[in-house]
Amino acid sequence: MTVTDERSTAAGPEVGRSRLRKEDQRLITGRTRWTDNIVLPGMLHAAMVRSPFAHANIRSIETEVAEQAPGVITVVTGADVKDTQGAVATAWPITTDQKTPDHLPIAIERVACAGEIVAVVVARTAAEARDAAELVDVDYEELPAILDGREAAEDAVLAHPSLGTNTSAVWRLDSAESGTGGNVEEEIAKARTDGIVIEREYRQQRLIPSFMEPRSTVVDPTGEQVTVWTSTQVPHLLRFLIAATTGMSESKIRVIAPDVGGGFGGKLQTTAEEFATLAAARRVGKPVKYTETRSESLVSGHHGRDQYQRLTLAASKDGTVTALKVDLIANLGAYVGLVGGGTPVLGAWMFNGIYKFKAYQFNLRTVLTNTTWVDAYRGAGRPEATFAIERIMDELAAELGADPLEIRERNWITHEEFPFASVAGMTYDSGNYEAATARAKELFDYDGLRREQQERRDRKDPVQLGIGVSTFTEMCGLAPSRVLGSLNYGAGGWEHASIRMLPTGKVEVITGTSPHGQGHETAWSQIAADRLGVPFEDIEVLHGDTQIAPRGLDTYGSRSLVVGGEAVVRAADKVVEKAKLVAAHLLEANAEDLDFSGGRFTVKGTDQGIGITEVAAAQFTSHNLAEGMESGIDADATFDPVTFSFPHGTHLCAMEVDTETGGTRMRRYVAVDDIGQVVNPLIVQGQVHGGLVQGIAQALWEEAVFDEQGTLVTGSFVDYTLPTAADTISFLTDNTTSPSTTNTLGTKGVGEAGCIASTPAVVNAIVDALRPLGIDDVRMPCTPERVWTAIQSAGASAGGEVSGGAQPHFDEDAPNQDGPEPGAAEAGQKGADQ
Amino acid sequence: MTRINVRVDGVTYTDEVEPRTLLVHYLREQLGKTGTVVGCDTSNCGACTVHLDGRSVKSCNVLALQADGHEVTTIEGLATDGRLHPMQQAFHECHALQCGYCTPGMIMQAIDVLNENPKPSEQEIREGLEGNLCRCTGYHNIVKAVQQVAGTGEGERA
Ligand code: FES
Ligand code: FES
Repeated sequence: MTVTDERSTAAGPEVGRSRLRKEDQRLITGRTRWTDNIVLPGMLHAAMVRSPFAHANIRSIETEVAEQAPGVITVVTGADVKDTQGAVATAWPITTDQKTPDHLPIAIERVACAGEIVAVVVARTAAEARDAAELVDVDYEELPAILDGREAAEDAVLAHPSLGTNTSAVWRLDSAESGTGGNVEEEIAKARTDGIVIEREYRQQRLIPSFMEPRSTVVDPTGEQVTVWTSTQVPHLLRFLIAATTGMSESKIRVIAPDVGGGFGGKLQTTAEEFATLAAARRVGKPVKYTETRSESLVSGHHGRDQYQRLTLAASKDGTVTALKVDLIANLGAYVGLVGGGTPVLGAWMFNGIYKFKAYQFNLRTVLTNTTWVDAYRGAGRPEATFAIERIMDELAAELGADPLEIRERNWITHEEFPFASVAGMTYDSGNYEAATARAKELFDYDGLRREQQERRDRKDPVQLGIGVSTFTEMCGLAPSRVLGSLNYGAGGWEHASIRMLPTGKVEVITGTSPHGQGHETAWSQIAADRLGVPFEDIEVLHGDTQIAPRGLDTYGSRSLVVGGEAVVRAADKVVEKAKLVAAHLLEANAEDLDFSGGRFTVKGTDQGIGITEVAAAQFTSHNLAEGMESGIDADATFDPVTFSFPHGTHLCAMEVDTETGGTRMRRYVAVDDIGQVVNPLIVQGQVHGGLVQGIAQALWEEAVFDEQGTLVTGSFVDYTLPTAADTISFLTDNTTSPSTTNTLGTKGVGEAGCIASTPAVVNAIVDALRPLGIDDVRMPCTPERVWTAIQSAGASAGGEVSGGAQPHFDEDAPNQDGPEPGAAEAGQKGADQ
Repeated sequence: MTRINVRVDGVTYTDEVEPRTLLVHYLREQLGKTGTVVGCDTSNCGACTVHLDGRSVKSCNVLALQADGHEVTTIEGLATDGRLHPMQQAFHECHALQCGYCTPGMIMQAIDVLNENPKPSEQEIREGLEGNLCRCTGYHNIVKAVQQVAGTGEGERA
């Protein structure tokens, strides 16, 4: 029962081929090793007792009744394990005086958000554990809770009273101070008298990553080492942080990320659940499994985004941008996550986008609230920034009555100008915005759709057409260790690879990255196959186990290929260098006289040669090595990038908006991405499709909502509305190629591109459809109700330019019709401020 | 405890189950059929989809008791004589999976869609898969895979 792959016999280099994935076989036949599938002898099950309150003191925890329940082994409270439970750590304090509240896996005195763990029930079966969790009686003293980020900044109610403030950190980037550009205030003042100033506030609603595999952890403390299987993106970081916070010896901890069902940043975390399960397992001395329910996942897995963005854009009268000032409030939730504080900082270099601003300033305030903690979600800081700049560039175009693509072209970096030093202090390696845009316009039939838009406007069609543009860039490849050091990040950004040349001709590639759906086993095989000249099929990629891949920094930030892939390249090149010496001896030639190609060493000018796999066999027996030569051609490499890579693209979206109902329908979506050299086009397209839908979902459907008490209202998949196949369309995708100059293969990273680009493209399209009504914003998610409300309130002032007396087509009291957000309507009417 | 008789992937089982046991938990925990997975607790995600007497059901929405006397097919029982089901092959060829967590349920549902309607339009495929969530693929290649098996649309290959 093997998958047949008719493409595997084609000749030519592996890199650039649409190889079908090696990973698929087990996934399509149901033989996958998810953490929750793991069963160990004597294994017990944990259930978490969680706080229903957003903020409360814990007066007492009564566990006796639960402990008497059938099958219950024990109930563990935070007090029981206070010296051994470790902590949920922050890796990135963005300032030296950042306020970072202690985050205990099992809360002891106080809970700071709903869903926090207060006790762990360990029982023979998962059902018994869950039943008994209901019997744990916790006496809470409710405290006032603060939920909204902007309100939190006022410090009227404190999320952590002992800190004295809700502000965790204030961080700033200023082009005049850093010498990368001019003075932002001066440029804005100039534009106020003799140019254009556009001021806007955008809201990045809170999202939930919603990986499909609920998080699960199995801890086996019965061996000499404690083994932790867990559904994570970061096995290496987890191992380090278990050691660093529990006092266990790092060498006694083995962390394995088996098959992991999606992450999107949501599993870029060392979680309270992992530490609580570890503490429980060590306490009972037996293997313990904990698998969350979806409802637990939505409230206790970290959330993403949640920013208030104030932007001031200055331009000259002809629409040439001069300055951009950004004031951000980022809601971190109750605790500072692993990279939670740093996530909005990653936007600092991206708000300026692909445009040539003279002056730039980025001011960030991170605040703590009594909500689920917020950390990286696909794109992490860059989608938020890209949304803001791409939205406001459309506002500038509207102000000038110009085509949004024309305004972008007037301001973007031209392809002759690379490498380009941005006003935020980054050097963009390569790109060609003109080429990507031209290709996107062609695929999209831009002119044709603009014509149709005009026709619909002219005939006052109740269904209007809007065209949204997003010409984005992003930074990939986290990250140069030295840069991370300068940003106060607690780890490096290198990546490691090892290559083992087995005597039977097979090859093991060991990577420190930790994939969870991205297809690294396939892509890494392609890279190694080309470098070593061995068949794709003969390469095995190993990862995600700290015992097998001892060195690594895992998978996030579109870093795996540009950093981890480069490490594979370098390890392979070292193998070839070592093998060359063995080959020279066997061929009785000088190493300098050998050529290496297609997996064979040949003596220049002769037909004598030997294959690299034969060399591997020869070094295995070591019967005939040169005098003094060490046996072995395996090699390790660690790659630390010197800079980031900057993929970019042009995305175009056409939305139909029914002005009578507020309903929207996607007509066409084109994504042309320049991600440098493509290793596997099939995998790249898949990454783009998936990213697009996540970004589109932010624009149209998804939002994590809390009620006034701090209870997550969108606490199940009934209310947190992920898009389905029926909500989405097929996409038109293509690539243009400007190879990166920062790594050997010229690759740039693609994991987050679709998600970064699509959100503003969709909202720009909706606003474009409604702009004749005087509407210049609709708050995300642009549900029919919000669109309809924007139309209604705009119609009141604009006199209803579109015909057809719009009637409400829904009943406000009906289920699934959330009330309008206060402020949505006003935001919709705010005009350009000159 | 109640006794049930079920045939799962061609094997007959007689077991004692708690009346509240969901079919998905019976499959995973008592039979070790871990190919079928759980993605939610509100019957929204479809990750647990299996066939009950040839029709797709969400096995988290069916009690093990209700399967008494019936025939269940899971993702693990699809391939016959060492050959993948055409839908499994199409998912592979069209890159219709990334992390693969939704895949078992998605494949079982996709087969059911074509059993009901062998030549569906793209929209009919999309509506047929509406009860199955995928967070990775954006559905684009899943739809293509179903089209390939149906021999319709762009997904068709020579
Ligand atoms: S597990 Fe989600 S529908 Fe069954
Ligand atoms: S492939 Fe990951 S959820 Fe569908």
